[in-house]
Amino acid sequence: MELFSLGIRSIFIDNMVFAYFLGMCSFLAVSKKVDTALGLGAAVIFVLTITVPLNWLLNEFVLKEGALSFLGESFATIDLTFLRFIMFIAIIAAMVQLVEMIVEKFAPALYGALGIFLPLIAVNCAILGGSLFMAQRDYTLAEATVYGFGSGIGWLLAIIALAAIREKLKYSNVPNGLKGLGITMLITGLMGIAFMSFMGIDL
Amino acid sequence: MSTETAEKVEVKKPAEALLSKRRKKLINDPLVDDNPITIQVLGICSALAVTTQMKPTFVMALSVVFVIVMANLTISIMRNTIPTRVRIIVQLAVVATLVTLVNEVLKAFAYDMYKELSVFVGLIITNCIVMGRLEAFAMGNKPYDSILDGFGSALGYSWIILAVAFFRELWGSGTVFGIPVFDTVSSLFGEDFSLATNGLMVSPVGAFIILGLIIWVQRTKTGYVEH
Repeated sequence: MELFSLGIRSIFIDNMVFAYFLGMCSFLAVSKKVDTALGLGAAVIFVLTITVPLNWLLNEFVLKEGALSFLGESFATIDLTFLRFIMFIAIIAAMVQLVEMIVEKFAPALYGALGIFLPLIAVNCAILGGSLFMAQRDYTLAEATVYGFGSGIGWLLAIIALAAIREKLKYSNVPNGLKGLGITMLITGLMGIAFMSFMGIDL
Repeated sequence: MSTETAEKVEVKKPAEALLSKRRKKLINDPLVDDNPITIQVLGICSALAVTTQMKPTFVMALSVVFVIVMANLTISIMRNTIPTRVRIIVQLAVVATLVTLVNEVLKAFAYDMYKELSVFVGLIITNCIVMGRLEAFAMGNKPYDSILDGFGSALGYSWIILAVAFFRELWGSGTVFGIPVFDTVSSLFGEDFSLATNGLMVSPVGAFIILGLIIWVQRTKTGYVEH
């Protein structure tokens, strides 16, 4: 039940886009069509669900203060937290590369759909942000997995919704200066207001 | 802010002036005409997340200036030795190292700020402006030019996030840099006159709307139209 509410919270209340502005670059750049938005969203879910638990393991058994104590007494005081950024980003970049290779080999159809988005994802702040939040909030392994998955779903929801609106927006008459990024920011703001209604839910 | 850099002292050099016309363009262009946030749509994440108050925004801007300039310099020095196939990883490693440095310095000397910025310092790593400049400029240009280019982009980024933060803090909390503006104004006019703060500005929604409006104003001025 705890996990379920964490999942719901990471999808709606702590939504990656509307509450923390993570992954905005690709959110704005790839939200012109629903199809591509769906592809990128799926790739984000995929990578988040893999990298957050992986980084949890790394954090728990290598980086945390005293995490290396299983190697012996003298390692108990070592604190490698400062290596967090570089290790997390290395894991993410390596995983993205690996996932890309595996998907290409075993699921060519999926690769066709996700292929071009996977490399883009290594530098998506939603992915790194997911791992950093996980480390900051001291989740357990199960919680980390659910959190990664839920955040991915939340991100997918946000980008699909925006893409759908932008497809319709093509037919409207927007002032020149607002065209493109400007109007997209305002729409995202309004969507954020809609998502604020979830804040009252206490899970 | 754009005039500030334009008025920098000109030092003449026999080969190419230290701040020749071309080099000045490297700094000036990203400020308005080719602004990383409003025109190129890069680095939006952190532009919005830290801008509820001026102070953290200022620290963030300084950190980004440092990271972009140093990363551009480092990558530019190494550009001929980096194999193209692994360049993204190399770039990420350089940027991550610099961000770790910033993070540790903040932790040591400004712990409150470190707590307040929390994960967003770490997210400079994935700030698209940094990677974008490394890919687009530092990989193919000399160190000194790369420094100027990085500096220009970082300044363009900084003034936008400071502008967003100014309006968000003023309307959201009634202060600027922590100095109470609304309270002072109401005390000047007596108790009947009071200015209400707008809670929406403190929430993420305020950031989207303010940035949207800034983009509108800025693009109307430069005449840039996205198709």
